Amino acid sequence: MLYGYTNLIIDGAVMTINLALLSALLSMILGLLGACAKIFGSKLSSTVASLYSTIIRGIPDLVLMLLIFYGLQIALNQLTEAFSWAQININPFATGVLTIGFIYGAYLTETFRGAFLAVAKGQIEAATAYGFTPWQVFRFILFPQMMRHALPGLENNWLVILKSTALVSIIGLADVVKATQMAGKGTYEFFFFTIIAALVYLMFTTFSNGVFYWLDRQFQFDRKDAHS
Amino acid sequence: MIEIIKQYGEAYLWTDGFRFSGVSVTLMLLVTSVVIGFVLSIPLAIARTSGRKRYVYPVWLFSYLFRGTPLYVQLLVFYSGVYTLEFVRGSDFLNWFFRSGYYCTLLALVLNTCAYTLEIFAGAIRETNRGEIEAAKAYGFSNCKLYSKVILPSALRRAIPAYSNEVILMLHATSLAFTATVPDILKVARDVNSATYQPFFAFGIAAILYLIISFFLVAVFRRAENKWLKHLQPLAS
Repeated sequence: MLYGYTNLIIDGAVMTINLALLSALLSMILGLLGACAKIFGSKLSSTVASLYSTIIRGIPDLVLMLLIFYGLQIALNQLTEAFSWAQININPFATGVLTIGFIYGAYLTETFRGAFLAVAKGQIEAATAYGFTPWQVFRFILFPQMMRHALPGLENNWLVILKSTALVSIIGLADVVKATQMAGKGTYEFFFFTIIAALVYLMFTTFSNGVFYWLDRQFQFDRKDAHS
Repeated sequence: MIEIIKQYGEAYLWTDGFRFSGVSVTLMLLVTSVVIGFVLSIPLAIARTSGRKRYVYPVWLFSYLFRGTPLYVQLLVFYSGVYTLEFVRGSDFLNWFFRSGYYCTLLALVLNTCAYTLEIFAGAIRETNRGEIEAAKAYGFSNCKLYSKVILPSALRRAIPAYSNEVILMLHATSLAFTATVPDILKVARDVNSATYQPFFAFGIAAILYLIISFFLVAVFRRAENKWLKHLQPLAS
């Protein structure tokens, strides 16, 4: 049906999913760190986090991707030349994950910051009054409630990350876009194969919508009671 | 870096000597797609919230398709996909349209921003206070007058914060234009990179230019919010 390109496209789709999941994980870690630095951190760390989230969100992801991909390689080359080591070629997959994770960490910093601030202050005071340590406050009071507020933002960011993985084919990764374009070149059926790429993404986003719908219901259990 | 700016500064900002390039092209793409997308999205948002199935479903499908796939894939469909179709090459107009990287990019950007904008506006229309609509109906407003005098002025105002986000994301999205050989900021940066092998400076300058435009847009929208959303701001204590 796909002119013998089925396996190539499936490999590409798996690559896309891996890339999106790993970048999303990295960006969540960075986002949590950034949000914590902004809210609980010292003056210095909150300034660094603010600079990170402001600057990165002002620059297109594609520009950052090219900047990091090409810039990192040249910097590595200069380093290896200076020490006369063998040239290290950076792995496009790792660069893709690092870049996308780094970029969307900035967006998630803001998502998590808003979510932390949405948790009522009295709860933290109550927990402190009961003798919770700061880590326990974070683990048992802040984090579970924060996640509920962060869920819509997380869903949005996940969908954006998923779609931004299409850009990695520009830096040479064999993702689903690259695979379909190769198939298009081989058969001269560009329209057909690009539509296939679009359908693969549509499938992923629809599935994600379902997962988030389910997650939303898991996290909202007590709010349901409040309404009834 | 000074040399790059001396040699390519004009290409980054205005023109590469033969045609427009750099910031001017990026801004042109941004303004054109945002303006057309805005104009198209208002009737679509009204249709999306109309509650009549034959209007709601087509608009829902359009926005679902364009919000569920990456803009890059949409651009590839228009730029490299459509042109390989027989009937497109057979027709003079379609042939002329889809051969141009500019028009393909604009088409993809317009449809993409239209899909997102219509959802933003539809959300704002849905949140309009029912009492306002009932009052307008009680005063005998026609449907046309109801939308133009009551619903849209308030819904569009409330949509400004979300819409400003969308416009900044559109600015970011225009950087894809270089894949269709449109000489925007990023295309210039790539050419400079391949001419000088200084990716940090070549792409760094592009990043700073985008950053400046982003901050400018943020400032413009902040002023717009101060002007049109004043009635919703918390009172200074």
